Order: sequence, then C-alpha cells, then structure tokens
Amino acid sequence: MVANDGIDLKVRRGAIHCLLGENGAGKTTLMRILYGLYQPDEGEILLRGKPIQISSPRAALTHHIGMVHQHFRLVPTLSVEENVVLGLDEGIGPFLNLRKTRKKIGEISEEYGLPIDPQAKVWQLTVGQQQRVEIIKALYRDASILIMDEPTSVLAPQEVDQLFATLRTLVDDGLTIIFITHKLDEVMEISDQVTVLRQGKVVVTFPTSQTDKPSLAKSMVGREVVFRLEKSVVKRGEKLLQVDSVHALNDRGLPALRGMSLDLYGGEILGVAGVSGNGQTELAEILTGLRRVTKGRVILSGKAITNRSAREITDAGVAHVPAERISMGIVPALSVRENLILKSYRHPPFSLFCFLNRKESDANARRAMEDYQIAAPSDETATKLLSGGNIQRVVLARELSGDPRLIIAAHPTYGLDVGATEQVRQILLKQRERGAAVLLISEDLDEIMTISDRILVLFKGEVMGIIYADGADVEQIGLMMAGTRHEGAVGEKNRVA
Amino acid sequence: MKKTAWLNVERRSVTSGRLVFAVSIIAILAALVVAGIFFQIYGVSPIRAYQVILKGALGSRLGLAETVRRAIPLLLIGVGLTIAFRALFWNIGAEGQLLMGAIAAAGVALFSGLPDPLLLPVMFIAGFAGGAAWGLIPAFLKVKLGINDVITTLMMNYIAIYLMEWLIHGPWKGPTARGFAYTDQFPRAAWLPTLYGTRIHWPTLVLGLLLALVMYILVTRTRSGFEIRVVGENPDAARFAGISQLKTTLLVMLIAGGFAGLAGVGEVAGIHHKLLGPLNISMGYGYTAIIVAWLARRNPLAVIITSFLFAIIISGGDVIKVSLGLPFQLINVFNGLILFFLIGSEVFIRYKVSFSFRGQ
Repeated sequence: MVANDGIDLKVRRGAIHCLLGENGAGKTTLMRILYGLYQPDEGEILLRGKPIQISSPRAALTHHIGMVHQHFRLVPTLSVEENVVLGLDEGIGPFLNLRKTRKKIGEISEEYGLPIDPQAKVWQLTVGQQQRVEIIKALYRDASILIMDEPTSVLAPQEVDQLFATLRTLVDDGLTIIFITHKLDEVMEISDQVTVLRQGKVVVTFPTSQTDKPSLAKSMVGREVVFRLEKSVVKRGEKLLQVDSVHALNDRGLPALRGMSLDLYGGEILGVAGVSGNGQTELAEILTGLRRVTKGRVILSGKAITNRSAREITDAGVAHVPAERISMGIVPALSVRENLILKSYRHPPFSLFCFLNRKESDANARRAMEDYQIAAPSDETATKLLSGGNIQRVVLARELSGDPRLIIAAHPTYGLDVGATEQVRQILLKQRERGAAVLLISEDLDEIMTISDRILVLFKGEVMGIIYADGADVEQIGLMMAGTRHEGAVGEKNRVA
Repeated sequence: MKKTAWLNVERRSVTSGRLVFAVSIIAILAALVVAGIFFQIYGVSPIRAYQVILKGALGSRLGLAETVRRAIPLLLIGVGLTIAFRALFWNIGAEGQLLMGAIAAAGVALFSGLPDPLLLPVMFIAGFAGGAAWGLIPAFLKVKLGINDVITTLMMNYIAIYLMEWLIHGPWKGPTARGFAYTDQFPRAAWLPTLYGTRIHWPTLVLGLLLALVMYILVTRTRSGFEIRVVGENPDAARFAGISQLKTTLLVMLIAGGFAGLAGVGEVAGIHHKLLGPLNISMGYGYTAIIVAWLARRNPLAVIITSFLFAIIISGGDVIKVSLGLPFQLINVFNGLILFFLIGSEVFIRYKVSFSFRGQ
C-alpha cells in the first residue's frame, strides 16, 4: 500500500513544525523514512540544501536527526545513563565509563530543564520522566532535528505543559522539532508551522498563526467536523454497579487499587480519568473477571460478582471493550466472522451440540458489518488486516450484541481517526440512551468531558473524587489527576434529571 | 564504482495457499541439495543416491509396503501434533507418549488374561490412555505452574525410555526370550492383522486416516476446535472471552498424547508382537512426526501426505544402508535439514523479501 504519495515537506531550521493527520494518513511512515527505518521508493531528502541518504537510524544519527518514538525504546531494567549510552561506543575498550556520561546528562538536563536522576532505573520512572530520558538520549547524540511521534498521548495535562516548555527552550537554542500529532489544540499551542496529511498526501502547509482549529480539522478529515456531540437528556436509571472499597494488585504484585468505591447507574456514562498506570487497567479487569479482587465487593444489580470468571460476568450482561484492542479484543489471525462470535459461540444459534453453525455466524457477520459499517473485503478476511477503526467496530459489534447492561469501555477511541472516534462516541451515547450503564476509561480528557455524565479521577488506585461533567473544570481535573483530593462532590449533589 | 546492496523486508498482509506450498517445496529441495553434499563426501553421487532411495522406497511391492508401514505411526502422531501445535503447545514428547502406549498395550496383551476378542480393543484403549497420561502431565505443569512445555515433554521422553528399558530387563523380561531383553511374545489374539505378505497392520492405518478426517472436522467445525484456535492464536483473547486455557490445553494433549499412544500400540501389536528395546520400537517416529505436522502446516488432512513423504525418507535409510553401504544416520541429517529449511522459510511466508542493487 502507498502510505506516502509524493510528499513535499519543507521544515525551517529552529522551528516547531507540526505534522497533523488522522491515523493512517502517513505521518509515522514519513517520519520513519526521515529516521532511516524505511527507504523511500522515489524522491530525495535534502538537509541544509544537500541531498542525503538515510539508510538506517545510525545514518540518521550522523546527520543529527533524533527521534522520540510514541512507544519508548528504553530498557526498563537499565539505568537512565545506561539507556542513554546504549548503542554508542563510550568508554575504553570493552569497559564502560559512565562518569563522563553522567556529567553530560547533568549539563543537558540543566540547560533544557529536564530534571532526571541519571542512576535511576528506567522502570522506576513515570511515563513523563521516561519521555525525558528519550529526549536526553537524542540530545546526548547531538541531535539538531528532533522528531517527536505523538509525544503527549501518554502525559497528564501538567506534564504536557512541562514538555511544551522544554520544546520551546530547545528551539530557542536552534534545534528543529518535527511534532507529530492528531490533536488540534496542541498544533495551535505549540507549532510555528503545520503540515496537514491526508491519505498519504500533503493537503496543505500553513504558518500556524494564519489558521484556526476548524479549518485544520476540515483539511485533516476532508469535511466539516462537529466538535460538540449532541448529548440528549437521559433519565438516570437504577443502580447497576456498585464497587465497594475494592483492593487489587497489579501484575507486579503491588497494590493497584486501594479501597476504591463507585456507583454506576443505568443510562449513565461514568468517565474514569487519570494518568495511565493509576489503576485504570486493573479497574477494568476486576469488573470483567480478568483480575482478582483481594478485598472488597463488586455488585451488579444487587448480585455479588466479586471474583467471578470472565465467562460468568459476560453471561451476566457485562460487555468489555478492552484497551488492548488487537492483543486482547480480537484474535488477529481469525476471520471477522469468527471474531464476531468470540463470546457467543457457545450459545445457540451459533452452536448446536458441539458443532458450530456456519450459516448463523455468516448471517451474524453480515448483519454486524452493515450495522456498524465495518469495512472489510469479506467476513472471511483475517481481522488483523483491517484498519484500527474497523477492528474497533468489530469489537463493539460483538460486545454490544445482546444489549449488555453494563459496558466497560477502556480507551475506546485511542488511536482512531476523527471519523471513527465520532462514530464510537455516538455508539456509546446510544447505549446510554438505551439505559445501559457505561464505564468509560480514557486518557483523552476531551472525550471524557464530552460524553460522560460524571467524572471519576483515579490516582494511585484511589478515587480523588467524582464530579459532574456539566461545568467541570479542566484545571480541577488536572489537579485531581496529580493527586489532589476533591472533597464534597462524591455524593449525589444534583441528581441528573 | 561502489555498490550498495539493499535488502528490503516487508510484512505480507495476505499469504496464499499456493505461496505456502511453493515455499515448502523449495525448502525440501534446498534440504535435498545440502544433504547431497554429505552423499558427495561419502563418494556417492547425490543424484544416484536419490534415485536408489526412491526406487527402494517406492519401486517394488515390498519397498512400497515398508514405506506405508513406516507412514502409519507418523500419520497417527502427526495428526495429534497438528492439534497440539494449533494450541501452541510444543509437544516434543510424542516419542515418550508412543512408548507409554506400547508399554500399556504390552501390559494388557501379556498380563490381563482378557478373552481373545476383547484383547485388541482393550490394548488400543490402554495405549491411548498411556500416551495421553504422558501428555497430560506436561500440559498440567504448563498451565498450572508455567513450566516450559518443550522441556517437560522432552524430559518425559527419557523417563518413558528408561521405564521401558527397566521393564524389559527386569520384571517383564520374558522367560522364553532366551536371555534377550524382550518380553514374551504376545498371544496370537493380540496380533494385528496385516495385509497379505507385508507388515502393513491395516487396522492402525485405517484408524489413522479416520482420525485425520475427524481432527480436521474438529478443528474447522466444532466449538472445541474454535477454542483451540483462539487459545493458540491469542491466549489473551481466550482469557478475555472466558475460554479456559487449562481445559483446552488438556484436551489437545489428551489428543496428541493419546494418538501417539495409539501409534505405539500399532508398532507392538502389528510388527514386533512383543515389547523390546525402545530404539527398536520407535527409532524417532515421535521426533520425525514434529516435522511431519509442521510441513503439513498444522492441517490434519495434509498429514496424510506429509507422513508418507517422511516414510519414504525413513525407508530410504534402510536402502542407503543396504544398497550403498552408507550409515543410515544420514537420514537424520536429512530430516534435520528439512526442519531447518522449513522453519527458516517461514520468513518468506510472513515477509516479502526483495533485493535491489544500486550503483552509486
């Protein structure tokens, strides 16, 4: 497939240049070409007017091009300084000499406001700090062009501010930054220039000062975009889910949830906000039977479902749209048809005694593909070949079939393009109108604020407070995400009419 | 002029059946070419060697019959292994499971005192149970304790081998075996019928063909088959969908171990009619069947073809020993090469690899 089609991109020295586009627009491919991971089939790259060949990331390094990947390339068990020199020929002969490294890291962090302990192990650092290590790594290698692939997707609002401050110091110092994103607000806030990509082509390049959000969105998607979703007034139903001072451990055996409680009602979307790694994953898992609760109770419509198996909980009417859509939500090698019956294959009409009924699963697949607009060559296509948006549609179609009472949706629009995001949110709102209870876990604050009725903020496995989405204040939520408890509003302040 | 070689590797989005077939054939041919070097070292022209092998294995009624009887255990074990491999359970222990099947069948034949008509059916049941038990232990250890299946299944082989050695040298050593490490001969009623003048114990062959078909249906048409594929392709999704990894793994190893056990029954009841040294009974069917299942790309029906192919190679071992005076272990070299090239060729199935040379 052509991911980049005759792209012309000019980046001025000492500028922050945003590359804006939906998922699959070709942003990442383009950057991988610049970083030497892919080779272009045609065209050339000029650096300071001279044509250059970037055959590998090492070659990119010699041209002083550095990259901070969306998913960090760090070795968790090594220290910061060890990660920084990884792949470099530092020290004498076979021996490492990290004293100089430590000094240079100190200089870099001081100069650009990137505080870090060079001897800390990477796994002990927060995501924001790990990103700092990646930036230091690039600067340590004398990068003068820094490519940042969706750097804010993992950060809390305050961390984003800090990152932006750092980026500004860097460009003041003469560095050039290419900033990949699909968030319009960030483009407006940080960039000097913006290039919009769509379907592998450059749509337009403007100086940021001469454009605005709606016109950027229009060139990105190719049509007008509605920023506000219509949220109808739904009468809050009866209490469906009660989580009562629940404790749970994470994969490392450390406490992930510490006595958290929540109530969730029918016809309601409860947004769970928080910086990643504060217990959101574990919360979704204990509610869906994938993780054990060590203390506390989970009650669904008056019946205890604490530590029931995933199968029992599914059968009780709980749907799960998992965060790891591809690694958990689907079986990539199996067909769309088979993935659509992943949870219902044991029941009629899909199975009769021990045999599967092919005709029924075929009909089911055709229905789902039409209802959810799943774009696939056929229902026999291996699901891994679909785009992210279509994979999510498959997951939603399967999970929402049979009208579940409770829907646990973890990062349901993460990595989806604007069109698919809009559709997924509409679907969740429709479930709410139907009377289902939705627990929406997301790192996208805009999303939480747009479609939730109430917002719960998690910090280190504890509830920092639950506030009503109507008139919620981003600053307030940001503070709660950073660990400030919000008193008072936990109760039922003003019942949603 | 400086030349730079570019190696491009791209992930394939679709793999066609034709591609898989072509790549498999090329892998076998490559193994043939490299094995040819070894024949050359022994001073035999590889082309002549292959001619002799083919003629010996297929060219006469007797040769063909020997090839078919070698295919029987490979077929049974191979079919079982396709199921285990589909659930990503790496059963390297079919050899031991076969031996346990043979031991169980021999026990029934020699010591049960059952009436004649019941003897063979009970031997098959006992053989299945023996092999299955040997397979279920590693399955349980893997799911419950996370112990690596490759290691446990492999180690279980040695336990089976030495158990068998101990039996034939010790408690089961036959009074009529004149000092040899054999058991007594089975009663006649415990002998499998063979096709006239050959050693093809046809009931086992029919059983193998039947099970290949049944397993194909199991994998493609049934609930259990669906669960096996989900567990194998994505264990996390299986957990997510509430499919029990324990039950599924136990099921596949019941099948894989049980079928290997059946192969063991066929060997002792169809060919040897007694229990003797493990090497005499199996000479590595359990290992060769791994390649058989792999070459069949985990399709139980395709095992019918690949097991025959490897039976030709094993028969070839006898031929090169007799006709060319070469060590039959060359066949193991050959088997190893085929597996090596098959696994190596996976790259070409999953990725599109292309070279381009550009002058600069």
